[in-house]
Amino acid sequence: MSATETLTLNMGPQHPSTHGVLRLVLELDGETVTRTVAHIGYLHTGMEKTMENEMYQQAITITDRMDYLSAMNNNLAYCLAVEKLLDIEIPPRGQAIRVMMSELQRIASHLVWLGTHAMDIGAMSVFLYCFREREMILNMFEHVSGARLTPSYIRVGGVAMDLPAGFEETVANFLGIFPDRIAEYEALLTKNEIWLDRTIGVGLLPAEQAIAWGVTGPPLRAAGVPYDLRRVRPYCGYENYEFDIPLGNKGDVYDRYMVRMEELRQSVRILEQVLEKLPNGPANSDNPKVVLPPKERVFSEMEALIHHFILVTRGFPVPAGEAYSSIESPKGELGYYIVSDGSEKPYRVRVRPPSFHNLQALPAIADGGMIADVVAVIGSLDIVLGEIDR
Amino acid sequence: MGETDREVELIRASVPDAVLEVQEQPQRGMFWLNISPSAIVDAATVLRDHPELDYKMLCDLFGIDHPARDRRFDVVYNVVSVTRNRRLFLRVRVGEGESVPTLSEVYPNANWCEREVFDLFGVPFANHPDPRRILMPDDWQGYPLRKDYPLIGRRPVILFNDVRDVM
Repeated sequence: MSATETLTLNMGPQHPSTHGVLRLVLELDGETVTRTVAHIGYLHTGMEKTMENEMYQQAITITDRMDYLSAMNNNLAYCLAVEKLLDIEIPPRGQAIRVMMSELQRIASHLVWLGTHAMDIGAMSVFLYCFREREMILNMFEHVSGARLTPSYIRVGGVAMDLPAGFEETVANFLGIFPDRIAEYEALLTKNEIWLDRTIGVGLLPAEQAIAWGVTGPPLRAAGVPYDLRRVRPYCGYENYEFDIPLGNKGDVYDRYMVRMEELRQSVRILEQVLEKLPNGPANSDNPKVVLPPKERVFSEMEALIHHFILVTRGFPVPAGEAYSSIESPKGELGYYIVSDGSEKPYRVRVRPPSFHNLQALPAIADGGMIADVVAVIGSLDIVLGEIDR
Repeated sequence: MGETDREVELIRASVPDAVLEVQEQPQRGMFWLNISPSAIVDAATVLRDHPELDYKMLCDLFGIDHPARDRRFDVVYNVVSVTRNRRLFLRVRVGEGESVPTLSEVYPNANWCEREVFDLFGVPFANHPDPRRILMPDDWQGYPLRKDYPLIGRRPVILFNDVRDVM
């Protein structure tokens, strides 16, 4: 009998199922994974360092590029942290617009997850359906901000500008068709036998282990832990909307799938309430030292022109101190810890990227499973390397 | 007695010299405890295991550099109790070259976070199970997030380095 030995297999950084440039080194015993080592850093561009050298309002554009699939959520988390240091209140309309953008972005992000996750496992057509609807949301973002992927729409003190005319109807039309589209995706997957075979009982991450590894977001809720920052530490007025927090019980790949599918429906529910209750009034804080004055005033009033000039060329100082603010991004807890020294540029910006911690739990989930399941597990964690490497 | 005072009392009951200073900003939801570097493992273990504290999750771990200060580095631990819905920031202050005991035995996800702090700030973690760089190339010189490290870097980037230690 010949001796058996393990095989070391390199997966990535150019492997299509690693969602970017993640490199895994797998130690295999036959088809069983005995050890997983993840190598990250291929996308590291020193974004935290760059932010220290930009004014507070300029740094917003960098947050877009971290989790580029949910840029609005990144803008929001950063702005909330700066606003905490500044002690600024946002008017109700601004809050409602922020909630609307976060939930649209959550749907868009979950659609990318669903499309790529299904494609990794072999269901090609789901991807095409998902991107059809995601396109509608990206068009909405283009409508409000001029950009599809990197909107930088949410700003310190409010949003870049109020909603354009006709935007509410666009969202309402989308909400009219989207529930049927969710049913279409579910028709392709939820009771599909191949899908069930590939996902049920695969990649188990029980609650205790998930908490120990700092896993947040849908992977944590799929294990049955009702931890959703929109509920436990509401921000932007989330306490005024009715929605459920979908939970799984086993914490396998299928539970994570079901949790995110249900989150799509809950996002639709929140968006309907936002449209219904959308308050009138200003969208931005009236603090002229932080928020740019409206253009028509800049062209007609000396004081507004000066404020505009000072804000654009020098920025605004933020009182010295340290503050942390976190939101429930589509991937989990996204937090910004900002240290200010009282100047116009942040002294230190620390991002708490949910994907970084979720990916770190990968060996705990994948070791002992089959190599084909590694692909399913990575897909179900929904990682974005842009925010892991920063 | 406030919640923070009670927590400090519970930590001091097991690890008397751990907590050096308490800072609070309750209206912002910010609570900091400055912990002595040598006591961080014991303090974190109490925070995790005491049923009244129950900080089961290490949400984040990162560094801050204040080069003008005597002990220039802050290592900040962001711990969360899911059941009590409470967040606490532990802060350890160390100087250049001084090491911090690793927390990876208490919280497994401290592993990568500490590698990142080492990689970007050069703070060594004693007894770390995998003390390698994580984001920068393995043969990188210098620590980019230090305040005295220039934004444009110090040398041209050379890719395709020959590093064989992959596991």
